Amino acid sequence: MDTPFTLYGKTFASRLMLGTAGYPSPDILAQSIRTSKCEIVTVSLRRESGGSRAGQDFWQLVKAQNVQVLPNTAGCHTVKEAVTTAQMAREVFGTNWIKLELIGDDDTLQPDVFALVEAAGVLTRDGFEVFPYTTEDLIVADKLVQAGCEVLMPWGAPIGSGRGLNNPYGLRSMRARFPAIPMIVDAGLGAPSHAATAMELGIDGILLNTAVAKAGDPVKMAHGFALAIEAGRAGYLADPIEPRDMAAPSTPVFGRAFT
Amino acid sequence: MKIEVNGESQNVEATNLSELLHQLDYVDTIVATARNGTFVRAHDRSKTLLEPDDRIEILVPRQGG
Repeated sequence: MDTPFTLYGKTFASRLMLGTAGYPSPDILAQSIRTSKCEIVTVSLRRESGGSRAGQDFWQLVKAQNVQVLPNTAGCHTVKEAVTTAQMAREVFGTNWIKLELIGDDDTLQPDVFALVEAAGVLTRDGFEVFPYTTEDLIVADKLVQAGCEVLMPWGAPIGSGRGLNNPYGLRSMRARFPAIPMIVDAGLGAPSHAATAMELGIDGILLNTAVAKAGDPVKMAHGFALAIEAGRAGYLADPIEPRDMAAPSTPVFGRAFT
Repeated sequence: MKIEVNGESQNVEATNLSELLHQLDYVDTIVATARNGTFVRAHDRSKTLLEPDDRIEILVPRQGG
């Protein structure tokens, strides 16, 4: 029997979360959401000229999917930028949820974990429910939890890299250190097998964008990831065998002929 | 008065943030606003007076990862 996938008091059937950027068309984005049965999508706030309707059209499309939105603070480099962006997002999207991104390095998009912890505290005190995009560093994770975060979102690899899990040991350690905190691998995955591996480690959910949006067939890839996440979760719950160095015959040795 | 809107310098006649949104054709548009890096709630826009060299952000829902 699986435990519910619950984030800040809301329970979801799907453990897949999808980003909404970079799809070939709005229709393909909508199909990807529907086909994967994901129930949470990430969104952002950006500048746009007054005459354009692209932002409004996008928002109507997302609302039509009947999914939970998770606004982000993508691109923010300071606590002030992130807090202001989060406050703006709360008004527009009508949710206290915020995916807190504070970028510390423009090449790797590695989070500035010092600013992240500070911003998480500020936002939590302001009533936000914070989803921090972080590394697998246990001390940072502990400080995020102390700051009020009830979810942790360690990266798998740099955003958009498609490398998979750069540090499975770190994620396994994090899982063991925070057994009761929902953990979502956010960023860096490229193939469904990466997601299955993360889920087999006991990760609770997966947040994807580029791996689906930039695939040759985004809708099929979204479906593939959804299946992989289910498979990985089932494998984790089923308690896999320990690897061993030497072979162990699966067919009984007792009763073998010609002995 | 010269102010900066979404990173671009503009001469505007508006005296407050609400008037500015009308002047820039953001009527009936879902937007979030900030003045000089600080969030301005929708119901505070009409009483948020503009001053020369203000930096205004007007943001709309967009795709995100």
